[in-house]
Amino acid sequence: MKRSSGFDQISIETLNRRLWFVTIFVFVVFSLLFMRLWFLQIINGRSYKEQSENNRIHRQKITPFRGVIYDRNGEILASNLPSFNLYIIPEDIQDRELLLRDLKVLIGLDAEEVRGKLKKESKTNSFEPVLVKKNLTWEEMAKIETHLFNLPGASLQPEPQRNYIYGDFASHLIGYLGEISEKELESNQYPNSASGDYIGKFGIEGKWQKELSGISGKRQIEVDAAGRQLQVISQDSSVSGRNIALTIDRKLQASADAMLKDKSGAIVAMDPNNGEILAMSSSPSFDPNIFIMGIDKTEMKKLTSGKDSPFQNKAISGQYMPGSVFKIVMAIAGLEEGVITPDDAVSCTGAYDFGNRPFKCWNKKGHGSVNLHRAIRESCDVYFYKLGRKLGIDRIAYYARMCGLGVKTGIELDSEKSGLIPDSAWKLKRYGVSWQAGETLSCSIGQSYVQVTPLQAARLISVVFNGGKVYQPKIVRWVGDKNNESQSKPLLQGELQVKRSTLEEVKRGLIAVVNEAGGTGGRARVRQTIVAGKTGTAQVAGLDKKMKDNAWFVGIAPAENPKIAVAVIIERGEHGGSAAGPLAGDLIRQYLGFAEEIKTSADQDATETVEEH
Amino acid sequence: MFDRRLLQNFDWVLLVLLVLIATLSLVNQYSATFVKDAGWSRIFIKQFYWYLIGFSILVLMTTFDYHALERLSWPLYIFVIFMLLLVMIMGKISSGSQRWLNLGIFNFQPSELAKISIVIILSQFFSSHGEYADYRLRDLWQPFLLILLPCLLIVEQPDLGSALMLGIIAFTIIIIMKIRWTSLIILAGTILSSVPLVWVTLKDYQKKRIFTFLNPESDPLGAGYHIIQSKIAIGSGLLSGKGFLKGTQTRLHFLPEQHTDFAFSVWSEEWGFFGSVFLLIVYLFLILWCINIAKNSKDKFGSILAIGITATIFWQVVINVGMTIGLMPVVGIPLVLFSYGGSSILSTMIGMGILMNISMRRFMFQ
Repeated sequence: MKRSSGFDQISIETLNRRLWFVTIFVFVVFSLLFMRLWFLQIINGRSYKEQSENNRIHRQKITPFRGVIYDRNGEILASNLPSFNLYIIPEDIQDRELLLRDLKVLIGLDAEEVRGKLKKESKTNSFEPVLVKKNLTWEEMAKIETHLFNLPGASLQPEPQRNYIYGDFASHLIGYLGEISEKELESNQYPNSASGDYIGKFGIEGKWQKELSGISGKRQIEVDAAGRQLQVISQDSSVSGRNIALTIDRKLQASADAMLKDKSGAIVAMDPNNGEILAMSSSPSFDPNIFIMGIDKTEMKKLTSGKDSPFQNKAISGQYMPGSVFKIVMAIAGLEEGVITPDDAVSCTGAYDFGNRPFKCWNKKGHGSVNLHRAIRESCDVYFYKLGRKLGIDRIAYYARMCGLGVKTGIELDSEKSGLIPDSAWKLKRYGVSWQAGETLSCSIGQSYVQVTPLQAARLISVVFNGGKVYQPKIVRWVGDKNNESQSKPLLQGELQVKRSTLEEVKRGLIAVVNEAGGTGGRARVRQTIVAGKTGTAQVAGLDKKMKDNAWFVGIAPAENPKIAVAVIIERGEHGGSAAGPLAGDLIRQYLGFAEEIKTSADQDATETVEEH
Repeated sequence: MFDRRLLQNFDWVLLVLLVLIATLSLVNQYSATFVKDAGWSRIFIKQFYWYLIGFSILVLMTTFDYHALERLSWPLYIFVIFMLLLVMIMGKISSGSQRWLNLGIFNFQPSELAKISIVIILSQFFSSHGEYADYRLRDLWQPFLLILLPCLLIVEQPDLGSALMLGIIAFTIIIIMKIRWTSLIILAGTILSSVPLVWVTLKDYQKKRIFTFLNPESDPLGAGYHIIQSKIAIGSGLLSGKGFLKGTQTRLHFLPEQHTDFAFSVWSEEWGFFGSVFLLIVYLFLILWCINIAKNSKDKFGSILAIGITATIFWQVVINVGMTIGLMPVVGIPLVLFSYGGSSILSTMIGMGILMNISMRRFMFQ
């Protein structure tokens, strides 16, 4: 061996002596371990044995109270109700068949269903309580309670349960709760949730889950051999979730929901001065309470794939061609760029020949000679074809985006869509071909590629009447308590860089739409105040040519000092003036507190349309 | 080339002891992960394969002369440091700490390998620097740095238990090499005075663990829960235990991590005082046997190496068992060779292989 160093005698002796000490040390330490084991298992063993066998300790979770959701006036929209739930701990069952039979006799529980649940849940840990039935009725609860002594393994747990007081009310906005999925559990985004918990899945419930959910507590209880609770040993209380107040007005929202019943479409009402959403309705909708009870797969499928997508919040993720509503943007762009003056007149013969095809006006007979004011009031297509031709698509797009179209508004809800404002660069990138001048004409009357969401439409008219301020729409008024309200000031995203005279001219046009003879929006008129607005009738993109047109109306009132802006879209409603206009008028009337009894003939007209539904 | 004496000197006692512990461990794993009607648990099967691989490595470790490790000590040390840095950068995060490297087929914990590496490099240092003389502190700056670097990297993960383990092992070697009393007092003084400093850097859950060790009843639902439940499990085993698969604490899942850190509690509940003492005696015998190997080794490097590896086994057993019976705070140290865990089995088997190697070559210098 090359490296053998060779010990000298002294070293070996030294080392051996030291290792002798080490050996003694090892013996001493192990003796300590033995003594401790003797102490635990022999001297105190009886008491530990008792603790482990006779008095078993169960750990229970305490479900926290979920934060309450209020409307802007403090009315409760979603709260919690006590619910009695029936649990079974598989390990505590003495006679499974007997238990299943008793439960069937007592409260009519299907034996096979319970058997399936027990089998599925108890795979990993047969001491984990399995939820068998949620929300027992008082009668069921009384029956179980009195027979609990004969039902080893079964137990009743009072737990808070979400309650949406008005049921099918602002469902898309408020959202719903659902059982947390495997994927969500693994995502680490729900650190306070465990398997079987219900979490917010959609709308406010989903977006504000963290604030609303609270923190669950723990309770240690002593149970006897049959799993019956003997006493609570210790308890970590749960922490309730934070309350949230929305900006919506409960009554206005209810009216909007009612107006859309049996229709497909959306309504957005907002405060033009700060972007607060006063109502946001989408139809068809659903009752969020049904998810609480546990919804089966086929029913869920029916909802998700149902006609007119009941789960889509059309107010923020429905993208529609704006139709004539887009003429508001066109008028601003035209005046601002100086390609028209208010007095320039254009002749409308019912169609505008461009290239080798005629671009028709909705009025086949033609409007004759029209200036800007009349063009807006009567929604003359030919006027705007010509205006669009002068502007070109890129200048149109510039003004549209300035008005907040084509980008997400940034409202604090998931699944918002941006809509689409096309320009020449976009088309080249998207389709690889250059922009066609004919497409500019279609876009000028809000058809073709142009798409907006109802929320964007409501904000568009707000911007015109609030002096050009583009606010981020706001849905949450405060979180926690009322004192936090000051923290959420209106967020100004931008301002229209246009002349005052431009806005004044467009405003006059929009007032005329509702209030002057010949205007397309007469049915939105409210006698007590001046409503301004714009109708729209938009074709539906798709292969089916026979699809009926979508009906639009955007309105605002009072015109001189606006308090509410409304956008209404009724899918397949055909005419904005008749299908959407009256709804906007009614909402405005209600919000401004005007009685319905005093009616002019025009109003009566409008009310009748509503009453048909 | 092949020396027949090697085979004659094969350390059968060591092998039998290891196989015995592995068998008891598998019996215990079966119970700890048992679910009615579910067949062999995945953890049991994986543990079985870890032992197969572990024993193969043990045999492999005897095929070369252990003096080769003297030359390999630095490259191995650098490799371990590199792995620890790698963990820091791209380690797998699990329950708040970043300790594992994902190697595709399994997650490897480099801090386990660090124990072996630090033992080897300290053996190399002490066998090449002077006799078994009294060391002064200034003679020891090099080993201190060698220990400090991996310790800091492991504390950072954070894995206080493993870092502490590494320090204790290294410290044991230094003590046995004998440093001056005065130096020892200075060292102890420094360590004690740095306690408040360390306390500040501890994470909240670690502070809580120390508090609850001092008074477990103060937090019966949280950190104290483990200690209380473990004591109930062990205590309720009485003299002869509740029987295989009959431990109610185990079946109730009252013991968190019952297949890793609290494996001993499972064993004690089901096999009672007799069972736990038997298991500890097997460990005691193993440790005494290892000390014997150190005594019989005929060169310095070999004997220090054997002492270091023995210290690794000893302290891990004492700290883990001490934790389950409420003598030590809850730190994540598994019961070596008995708890579930691939990294731990592999690194321990490497150590045992080196010991076997030293034992087989004990007559080479005569």
